[in-house]
Amino acid sequence: MDLSVNGQRLTVQSDPERPLLWVLRNELDLTGAKYGCGEGQCGVCTVLVDGVAHRSCITPVYTVAGRAITTVEGLADGERLHPVQQAFVDCDAMQCGYCTSGMILATVALLRKSPSPSDAEIKQKLDGNICRCGAYNRIVEAVHKAVLASNAENKEHHHA
Amino acid sequence: MPDFERRQFLQALGGGLLVLLASDGELPAQESGGGRRSAQERPANVAAWLHIAPDGKVTAFTGKVEVGQNIRTSLTQAVADELRCTPSAVSLVMGDTDLTPWDMGTFGSLTTPTMAPEMHKMAATARESLLTAAAKQWNVASEQLRAENGFISDSRSSRRLPYGELAGKIDWVNVIGNADLVTAPTKWQVAGTSLPKINAREMVTGKHKFVSDHKLPGVLYGRVLRSPEFGAKLNSVDTTAAAKMFGVTVVRDGDFVGVAAIDERTAEKALASIDAKWSLPNVVAQLAQAASIPLAFPTPKGATTLESNYGAAYIAHVPLEPRAAVAQWNGNKLTVSAGTQRPFGVRSELASAFSLPETDIRVLMPDTGSGYGGKHSGEYAVEAARLAKGAGKPVKLIWTREEEFTWAYFRPAGSIKVESALDAGGKIVAWRFVNYSSGPAGLKTPYDAALTFREEQFVPGHSPLREGSYRGLASTANHFARESHIDEIAAKTGSDPLAFRLNNLKNERLRTVLEAAAERFEWSKHKSNPNRGFGLACGVDKGGHIACCVEVSLGPSRQLKVERVVAAWDCGAIVNPNHLRNQVEGAIVMGLGGALFEEIEHANGRISNPRLSQYRVPRFSDIPKIEVILIDRRDVPSAGAGETPIVAIAPAIANAIFSATGLRIRSMPLLPALARA
Repeated sequence: MDLSVNGQRLTVQSDPERPLLWVLRNELDLTGAKYGCGEGQCGVCTVLVDGVAHRSCITPVYTVAGRAITTVEGLADGERLHPVQQAFVDCDAMQCGYCTSGMILATVALLRKSPSPSDAEIKQKLDGNICRCGAYNRIVEAVHKAVLASNAENKEHHHA
Repeated sequence: MPDFERRQFLQALGGGLLVLLASDGELPAQESGGGRRSAQERPANVAAWLHIAPDGKVTAFTGKVEVGQNIRTSLTQAVADELRCTPSAVSLVMGDTDLTPWDMGTFGSLTTPTMAPEMHKMAATARESLLTAAAKQWNVASEQLRAENGFISDSRSSRRLPYGELAGKIDWVNVIGNADLVTAPTKWQVAGTSLPKINAREMVTGKHKFVSDHKLPGVLYGRVLRSPEFGAKLNSVDTTAAAKMFGVTVVRDGDFVGVAAIDERTAEKALASIDAKWSLPNVVAQLAQAASIPLAFPTPKGATTLESNYGAAYIAHVPLEPRAAVAQWNGNKLTVSAGTQRPFGVRSELASAFSLPETDIRVLMPDTGSGYGGKHSGEYAVEAARLAKGAGKPVKLIWTREEEFTWAYFRPAGSIKVESALDAGGKIVAWRFVNYSSGPAGLKTPYDAALTFREEQFVPGHSPLREGSYRGLASTANHFARESHIDEIAAKTGSDPLAFRLNNLKNERLRTVLEAAAERFEWSKHKSNPNRGFGLACGVDKGGHIACCVEVSLGPSRQLKVERVVAAWDCGAIVNPNHLRNQVEGAIVMGLGGALFEEIEHANGRISNPRLSQYRVPRFSDIPKIEVILIDRRDVPSAGAGETPIVAIAPAIANAIFSATGLRIRSMPLLPALARA
């Protein structure tokens, strides 16, 4: 089966019904996506498929063959963090960090559709992602910070 | 120091120190794991705790573990502060039974009050040793030397020597830690600041390897056969189909049956193919109630009395990373990475399970996907090791969410009875409080300004479910009962809840947080109505003082939303303000779940809601605006902060519901009870 993960084309041998999560983690050693519940309820397994957030624990791998899969490992540009990653660091928007990669990818997907979301929209769109440590308000703050950073970055590009 | 050398060193060190009691009074309030109870004294010499490499890099060793409470950061601050160096020069090895000094475990909010002082002591002693070594080399008085940013320098000349060079000249094994050298909190430079989370970058890039992310060459994926009910006995088992599957090893050891397979999906299929017959015990137990415990105290003459009963449900920790372990045998030696709050306790469990000396077992604990008191025991580590032994290959075992909800242990349920008597001046003169089954933490009332009779009692119960530690443990239930009851008395006597509390409280620190929260909240300006309620509560436990003011809104069919929380917190000298704030916020969010809707349901020896689609935890849409006021007391030793900020939110919400509706909800979770009321 041909997969496109973080811009790389790969061929994997796998049962087509196998959840994408386990192919990423156990075959491709991309462990940024985590197991949390196995029923799409907690969001720690979130990855992007063609830029849209998917619950990889309930996504059979055959359904994403040939589509662009992005995991948290594929977000940074070399040593330079993606603005959403940087915002999570800057806001200490985590405690144990287990939900963090899913939160970040859910945020990236949200900002693609809605570049400057309100608090209410953030809370609604991220409601499927659980942070059991309870860093929710910091995550909302990080989303706003990422928006500001992206805007600043765009401005820079515009001027250049 | 290379791993192997350090292991030899620690074993030599540990050999003469094995004693039966912990040195510092650290004992789990409620032990949940199996295994032997052994304890060792903390080593007294610097070498056990600290290593300064020739390149100046400092490594500190602690048996405490990181589960999101950010002690990797706060303990690094302690070391960097004393060594007068940048935190980036310091790295911590945590919870590795081969490399770190023995430790009872990470629980009870004990890291900051007990481990941070140890780190301060050892690093301060190291600093003084470096100064002394330089003084000797230069033949000058050490008073004219300074330790700064990795160098010892001479104030009377421009010469300086790097720590790494001096460290090689010191016999660290014979340098004994001296607490007198520790820097006073008022003079902290690195401690007391908001140093960002040490490994935040690894977290946001997915680079950090949680236990469940660890992969060893040739690793197999394990699954364990579970009984359909608690207490069921295995009558017979047919594993023929599983054993025939490609890439599957069936492991049977007494009643233990499991599989290890080349991938997780094959393991799942193999497990499903096992035909097991069980005899079921027909357990139909529910927890008894405290109301059935007879209480009576002599009522003081002219006193107003009140009696009420409160309850708290079983709740689950729900760490997002389930219990997980990776086990590998090398002959008779065993190495297990395990997501546990007690790596040394898990080592003991493994030693018992496999009749091995503890010196043949290494347990490692990489920073894990949270614990909240839920990861004290090591069943999953034993299971992974059993599978690895049977399969002859390393095995990774990650409990499924259903296993996590079923086979772990729960925050105890409890039933609490309170009786109080007031004098004519509105002061509490008699107080009787019985906690049945949930535990003694936070049992004692702080409302003792005029108390002449008090009796506070914990009566152990017979729990139908497996119980264990939890963030704050019974302190949450005890505060819920006490702070609800205080509100009830205030209402009965027509007093303002804040004024009534202050009238009965002597504890200055508790009064301070209560007044600080009330002031920020503008308590006196709010008037409740049927759609809007205001409540407050406070408490003290484990050296931490918390007060919460809460605003709730109620919809036409009593849909409740917690809109705003103002919390004030004092735990002494603050080590890291931003991380402390994060802890307090997180505790409030977690406490809100147990207050409003979290509840483990069970019947006939089965958990009825063992999935995240059935067990509700707080999500973004549940989260109020949270304002945290931190009171920094540099004159008071730091207490831990992981637990006690959780205790005031539930009663504050219950009191806010009462203020809006006149309904007194006396059991947690509140929402189902509110719907029934």
